[in-house]
Amino acid sequence: MAQADTQAKEPAKTQFGYRRHADQDRSGADVAEHAVVVVGAGPVGLSLSIDLAQRGQSVVLLDDADRIGEGSRAICFSKRSLEYWDRLGTGQRMVDKGVVWSVGKIFHGNSQLYQFNLLPEPGHKRPAFINLQQFYAEAYLVDRVEQLPAIDLRWRNKVVALEQRNDSVALTIATPDGPYRMHARYVVACDGARSSLRQMVGAEFAGQVFEDQFLIADVKMSAAFPTERWFWFDPPFHAGRSALLHKQPDDIWRIDLQLNPDADPVVEKRPENVRPRIARMLGHDKFDFEWISLYKFQCRRMDKFVHGRVIFAGDAAHQVSPFGARGANSGLEDAENLAWKLDRVLRKTSPESLLESYHVERTAAADENIRESTGSTDFMAPATRQEARLRRAVLSLAKETEFGKRMVNGGRLSVPSIYASPLSTADSEAWRGGPRPGTSMPDAPITASSGAPMFLTDAFVDRGTGFALVSFGNGSAVDVPEGVGVIGIGGEGGFVDSEGLAGARYDAEPSTAYLLRPDGYVAARFRHPTRAALDAALSRATGHI
Amino acid sequence: MALSTSSNFAKPDDAFRAIVEAHRGLSDEQSADFDAALVLILANHIGDIEVLREAITLARRRMIDASQQQQQQQ
Repeated sequence: MAQADTQAKEPAKTQFGYRRHADQDRSGADVAEHAVVVVGAGPVGLSLSIDLAQRGQSVVLLDDADRIGEGSRAICFSKRSLEYWDRLGTGQRMVDKGVVWSVGKIFHGNSQLYQFNLLPEPGHKRPAFINLQQFYAEAYLVDRVEQLPAIDLRWRNKVVALEQRNDSVALTIATPDGPYRMHARYVVACDGARSSLRQMVGAEFAGQVFEDQFLIADVKMSAAFPTERWFWFDPPFHAGRSALLHKQPDDIWRIDLQLNPDADPVVEKRPENVRPRIARMLGHDKFDFEWISLYKFQCRRMDKFVHGRVIFAGDAAHQVSPFGARGANSGLEDAENLAWKLDRVLRKTSPESLLESYHVERTAAADENIRESTGSTDFMAPATRQEARLRRAVLSLAKETEFGKRMVNGGRLSVPSIYASPLSTADSEAWRGGPRPGTSMPDAPITASSGAPMFLTDAFVDRGTGFALVSFGNGSAVDVPEGVGVIGIGGEGGFVDSEGLAGARYDAEPSTAYLLRPDGYVAARFRHPTRAALDAALSRATGHI
Repeated sequence: MALSTSSNFAKPDDAFRAIVEAHRGLSDEQSADFDAALVLILANHIGDIEVLREAITLARRRMIDASQQQQQQQ
């Protein structure tokens, strides 16, 4: 996988060509049969396809366009997303290009209210966040896709009809050469907020609409602002509203400005109207526009993420407000959650019901993301005079009290959800800390037996991202079920917990062990694992109980 | 019930009076601002979301009673 990360210096390719596929030459009842068809080559569809291909599945990936969209769009990619991309062989390239940050500052008027650090402790391979224009992320993922012969990426292939059958889904696909048909055992819809597949399965997509409009501008300039997330309530350059500033690669700065609900989008979007606002914000007008966009948003999710053999992921399944970086990051969490489950179901090593756990875990995560981002949006755009009054009180109290600072909500940034999951084995022993079942694995620095420094997340990638047992102390003594990789720490021949952080973060005692799922979530943990206990936990985590 | 509704002040009149006097000289608008800040300060001091929710329920009941009374009068 290191091979995938060697192209950091190459420019991003964003234009692709339609190519006719042999599937299109078939006629009548002679229709191509595929295991998985993924619809939508955005960050979620691309990542899911890579994950499935690395697990040995053949994937057809369809996209109705033939180019990667412009503009920054999703820009903040979380630590969790970077750890996922490390498993897909693209993490390093993203981090090399991206702008690393962990500090956020909140201002009210002219004064700073407080600052937060999203990753205050050392000893993690990946930072809290990087900022990277979505088109770079997509271009790097496409490069990775092109290294994997198991993925058949077809541009300008648009799904126009879908029919669910007992054992497959029949798709009709429009192309520049006319329509063709194919059958898939499973279809994963990653086709974005305006998902046409969602309409084809007839699913409801109701939720809360926010009337406030936001203007995004990507501005090119040299500036000495630090690489931090700056958020303003009622800034002097944009009275009464809010503003957000983020640094991106290539001297591009992303600015989000909240507009009045009655603002005219066409007028607001004109560069001659945007320019003075931003000049007031920056104190000069030595900048060029790269991209200007206006948006409103909704917070909503589908009732069911699994509709027969059509599974929904990313914005197609759920939408949130942009404050909190919960859109693309939660879509990537969908992909990592689904890939290993779908792989097992296709291999028949797990029952189809395992896919139900995708729905259970990811709808709960979507609800959490909607709750958090709605809270942020309500705080930024109070709906009533009393809400505005309470916000004013919080902002004023924040100047002199710690609790006031903590109540100021300028976006609560994405962290992985903790799953209350049917796949988890409940703790039956005493723990003082460490990740409980349903939690994503914390990283920690370790040393290989060769003496080379590395991270626990590296060791997990090296074990092939199947099930893995992180075993402390006398790890070699554990009798492990077949197919479970072992990451021994502190035992004979294992990794060395050189800084003591792995043990501390996992509340480890001699012989403590954590069973990790293929997506890096804790399935079960034991003070003294036995083969019977591991078998039972593995059975549960693979949908057999 | 996590919320205490028994009388907790040795001199309840002093507590009531302190709040009333804090509002003296304020316009309705300023009084509302003051109440908002006071509620947030006290809520944080309590620091227990269950107690807060029960207090909110108890306070909300007055709104319900008032609207029912209005309906009966009509």
